[in-house]
Amino acid sequence: MPNCPDVRHHPEERAGLSVLERRDVLIGGAAAASLLAVFSTAFAQDKQPPAELDAALKAIMGDAKPADGKIAMELPDIAENGNTVPYALTVESPMTEADFVKTIHILATANPQAGIASYSFTPASGRAFVAGRMRLARSQDIVTVAELSNGKFLLGRRSVKVTIGGCGG
Amino acid sequence: MTANKPRIKLPESAKAGEIIEIKTLIAHVMETGLRKDANGRVVPRDTINTFTAAFAGKAVFKATLHPATAANPFIHFTMRVPGPGEFEFVWTDDAGAKIIEKMKLNVIV
Repeated sequence: MPNCPDVRHHPEERAGLSVLERRDVLIGGAAAASLLAVFSTAFAQDKQPPAELDAALKAIMGDAKPADGKIAMELPDIAENGNTVPYALTVESPMTEADFVKTIHILATANPQAGIASYSFTPASGRAFVAGRMRLARSQDIVTVAELSNGKFLLGRRSVKVTIGGCGG
Repeated sequence: MTANKPRIKLPESAKAGEIIEIKTLIAHVMETGLRKDANGRVVPRDTINTFTAAFAGKAVFKATLHPATAANPFIHFTMRVPGPGEFEFVWTDDAGAKIIEKMKLNVIV
């Protein structure tokens, strides 16, 4: 039983064992330390300045003032895996030539980049609905902006807790 | 990375005027360009950045995807069936390569 420390073993064998164990511990420790370093630097880089969200919102809306609500955001309250977080977004709209949702943008507030995806609809879409999967680096708010055919904007916001972040995403 | 053949789910049949659900999935790494490999080198960005859906030659839906879209992009959306026709789905990656998939919709008159 070379991997099992046992006091009944011969002293020399035990000595050999302890060396092996120490080496294992050292390697394990080093691996854990470097993993930790990778994660902490990733997190340090992940820190998205709020300015980026503001810039993304400004790029979408210009100086227009969005109205709150009316965007149904289906998101998990707690996402276990930040690498793939499902979402479904619906905006109430008749989706006619005169009145339809042109675009739905989904934005992250604490990812390395604000943009997650933008979806463009036409009256032929029938409904302003889209579902997909996103990466989230950590627990944060998700912001959605809907651009309507009449030039108005709607804004939605919801928080998602992330257990294991989608690092680098 | 060359993506695999996309998977598309359409209803088995639909009537004109009905709103149908369309689900698409394409195998792709969606490499963000922010990740580093074991040697500390940045893994170059490689993503699908655009997806479009057209029916009977008319644009229906478009998606602009950023690196925060999860690997193997899954997109679920709807369409009001205008009549018989064929879908054309196009995925475009960062290199400009396109994956085009056509699929007929079984419209019951």
